[in-house]
Amino acid sequence: MAKLRQCAIYGKGGIGKSTTTQNLVAALAESGKKVMIVGCDPKADSTRLILHSKAQTTVMHLAAEAGSVEDLELEDVLSVGYGGIKCVESGGPEPGVGCAGRGVITAINFLEEEGAYDEDLDFVFYDVLGDVVCGGFAMPIRENKAQEIYIVCSGEMMAMYAANNISKGIVKYANSGGVRLAGLICNSRNTDREDELIEALAARLGTTMIHFVPRDNAVQHAEIRRMTVIEYDAKHKQADEYRALARKINDNTNFVIPTPIEMEELEELLMEFGIMEAEDETIIGKTAEELAAG
Amino acid sequence: MAVLTRDETDALIAEVLEVYPEKAKKDRAKHLAVNDQSVEQSKKCITSNRKSLPGVMTIRGCAYAGSKGVVWGPIKDMIHISHGPVGCGQYSRAGRRNYYVGTTGVDSFGTMNFTSDFQEKDIVFGGDKKLAKLIEEIEGLFPLNKGISVQSECPIGLIGDDIEAVSKKASASFDKPVVPVRCEGFRGVSQSLGHHIANDAIRDWVLDKRDGQPHESTPYDVAIIGDYNIGGDAWATRILLEEMGLRVVAQWSGDGTLAEMMNTPKVKLNLLHCYRSMNYISRHMEEKYGIPYMEYNFFGPTKIIESLRKIAAFFDDSIKEKCEQVIARYQPMMDEIIAKYRPRLEGKKVMLYVGGLRPRHVIGAYEDLGMEVIGTGYEFGHNDDYDRTIKEMGDATLLYDDVTGFELEEFVKRLKPDMVGSGIKEKYIFQKMGIPLRQMHSWDYSGPYHGYDGFAIFARDMDIALANPVWHNMTPPWKKTSDAENEAIAA
Repeated sequence: MAKLRQCAIYGKGGIGKSTTTQNLVAALAESGKKVMIVGCDPKADSTRLILHSKAQTTVMHLAAEAGSVEDLELEDVLSVGYGGIKCVESGGPEPGVGCAGRGVITAINFLEEEGAYDEDLDFVFYDVLGDVVCGGFAMPIRENKAQEIYIVCSGEMMAMYAANNISKGIVKYANSGGVRLAGLICNSRNTDREDELIEALAARLGTTMIHFVPRDNAVQHAEIRRMTVIEYDAKHKQADEYRALARKINDNTNFVIPTPIEMEELEELLMEFGIMEAEDETIIGKTAEELAAG
Repeated sequence: MAVLTRDETDALIAEVLEVYPEKAKKDRAKHLAVNDQSVEQSKKCITSNRKSLPGVMTIRGCAYAGSKGVVWGPIKDMIHISHGPVGCGQYSRAGRRNYYVGTTGVDSFGTMNFTSDFQEKDIVFGGDKKLAKLIEEIEGLFPLNKGISVQSECPIGLIGDDIEAVSKKASASFDKPVVPVRCEGFRGVSQSLGHHIANDAIRDWVLDKRDGQPHESTPYDVAIIGDYNIGGDAWATRILLEEMGLRVVAQWSGDGTLAEMMNTPKVKLNLLHCYRSMNYISRHMEEKYGIPYMEYNFFGPTKIIESLRKIAAFFDDSIKEKCEQVIARYQPMMDEIIAKYRPRLEGKKVMLYVGGLRPRHVIGAYEDLGMEVIGTGYEFGHNDDYDRTIKEMGDATLLYDDVTGFELEEFVKRLKPDMVGSGIKEKYIFQKMGIPLRQMHSWDYSGPYHGYDGFAIFARDMDIALANPVWHNMTPPWKKTSDAENEAIAA
C-alpha cells in the first residue's frame, strides 16, 4: 500500500471548497481509494454530502458534552459514509464567541493521538475555513500533516487575491516543513477566458491548474439531496469531471514551493484579462470641481 | 557616603554590561545610572517602564498580578474571580499577606481562590456561560459578599469573551456591583499597567455609585490610599491618623471594603502611600471631586514626623496640636529603639530591589538606624518614581531599573553591602553568597513596618537578620587558616 497522502483544500469563502472536496473524495472512493475527510470549519458542513446528514456531530461539541476531549473515543467522532469514506468534523463555537482556531488545533491533535490516520488510508483531505485568520486554521499544514495544498479558485478577482494570499502562507510553512502547493482547482463561475486566466495565475505561482471544473446544475441537484454527483447521478458528465480531477490528483507529482506575486503583478494580470480596468492616475486626489476645470 | 566614587560606579556599570550582546548592552545601559542629586528630572539619567529584554531574568509580574494581586485582591468583602485557567489564581492566592478583620468564607474572602478553571472547551466555545453560572453559584454559596470582580487572565483577551455583558447582567439580577476588569497578563510591560487598569475599573464601575447620597461628613475625613495592609501596615498607619483627630473613612485597599471605596469621594483629603499603584484614582478624584491628594511616608520616625506635620498642616489648629502631641508621645519609644539598635546597625550598607514605593520610601527608616542605602531600583517604576528617588539617595549611589538577575548579583558582589532588601526570588541567592537578605515585599512574614509600631518591628528585624550567628560560620573548617590551627598542624 502506498504512503498516506494528506491534502488540504484552501480557498476564498463560498468558492465551493466543501462541495468540490466531497465530490472529489467520492470519486476517489469510487475508484477504490480509502479516504478520510477532516472538516476544519466551525460550520461543520464538510461531510454532509458523504453522510447524507445536516451536520455531523463534531469533535468539539462531543468534547464539550463529555467534559474534555480526553474523555472521547475515536469511534464517537468518526462516521463512515458513501464509499467507506471516514468523516470527522472538528467543529467549534457559534460565530462571535470563543476561539474556533483553538477548536481546530484541539480536534486535529485528538485525531492524531487516537490514531485516526491509520495505515489503511490512502488519502486524508482537510477542508479548511475560507480565511486563514489565525494559527489554528494553519494547523492542517503544519509539520507532519497535510503535505499537499490545493487551492480552489475561480476567475473572479477576490478568489484570485485569496489564492495568492494563501500561497504566501504556504511559503511560510514550506520553508520550515514539507508542505507544498500542489495545484489550483478552478471551480468555474463562467467568467470570460476563465481557464486561461487561472492557468496564467497558476504559472506565475509556479504551479498548474490541475483541473477546470465546469459549472453544472447537477451539483446543486445532488446537493439538495445531500449527495455528491458521483453518488446521485453517476452517469452524469459532471461526475466524470470530478473523476478526472480525482485521477489527476492521484497521479499528481508536481509539488512546489509557490512563488506568490506582488499586488501590482496580480493587478496587471487582471487587467490583461479585462477583469480590472487600468487606473487613471491623473484623477487621484482631485475634486469634482478640479476635474471639471481641468 | 557611597562605597565607590562616581567614576568607579560608572566603570562598574560598564563592566557588568560587558557580557551582553551589543543591542542588549545598549538597552540595559539606559536602565542603569549613578545617582546625581543635582539632576532635576530622572529622564535625563534613567529609562523605565519599558519592555524587559528576552533572555534575562526579570523579577516583574503581569497586569493580572497588578490588578488582582495588588489593587483589587485586598478588598475583603468582595469576591474576586480569577477568570481563566486555575493557575493564576491559585499561585497568587493569599501571597501578599494583606491582613483583614472578618470571617473568611462568610463575610470576607481575602485568602480564598475563586476561579472559572478554564478547560479546553471553554477556550473553544467561550467562557461567558461558565462565568454567569459561577457568579450565580457564588451568590448561592456566599450570599454575604458585597460585590464581585472579574479579573481577566490572558485567554479572556485572546478569545474575546464579553465579560462586560455578563457582568452587567449579573449585576442587575443580583443588585450588587459586578466589575469586569480587563487585566489580561500579556498587556503592558509589567504589573504596572494592571494597577492602572484596576484603578480605571474602580473609577468606571464603583467610585460614583453613592454620588448624591447623604453622607455624614466631618471636616476631618480622610482616606488612606495605596496601603495594602501587608502584615498590618494600614492598621499601624490608621491609628496615628486617628490619634491626631482625623476620621479615616476608607482604606484602599488593605482591609478595605466596597462601601469604603464608594464613600471615598466624600473625604476632604486623600492620603497616598503607594503612589505607583494608586496615583491614577487619586488624580481622578482630584479632577472630578476636587479632593486633593497628598503623598506621605510612614517608614521610620524622621519621615513619619515629616509626614504627620505635612498632613496636619492641611487641617485646622486642633489637628496640628494633636499631631504634635502624637509626635511627642511616641518620641520616647522611638528614642529607646534607636538607642538600642543604632549602635548595632550603624554604618551598615543596604542594597534594595523592590517595587511600588519601597525603593525610596524605606530609605529614611534605614537612615534612622544609622544604615545607608547604597543602591536601589524599581521592578516596574516609571520616571515619576525615579524623580522622587534621586533626592532620597546619596550622590554616586547606584540606580537600577528592572534589574536583571545577572546585574544585581554582580552589583552586590562588587559593592558588598551588609544586607540586601528584596524578594523571595533573590533571598536564597544572596543568603548563599553569605549576605543577609530581608524580604521587603512581604516583610519576610513579619510586619507591620508602617508607622511608629512598625518601626519597632523593622528595627528588630534588620538586627536579627544581620546579627544571625550563621554569618560567622560561612567559612568551612578546612578553609580556616588561623595561627592556632597552623601551630597545631606543625606540632
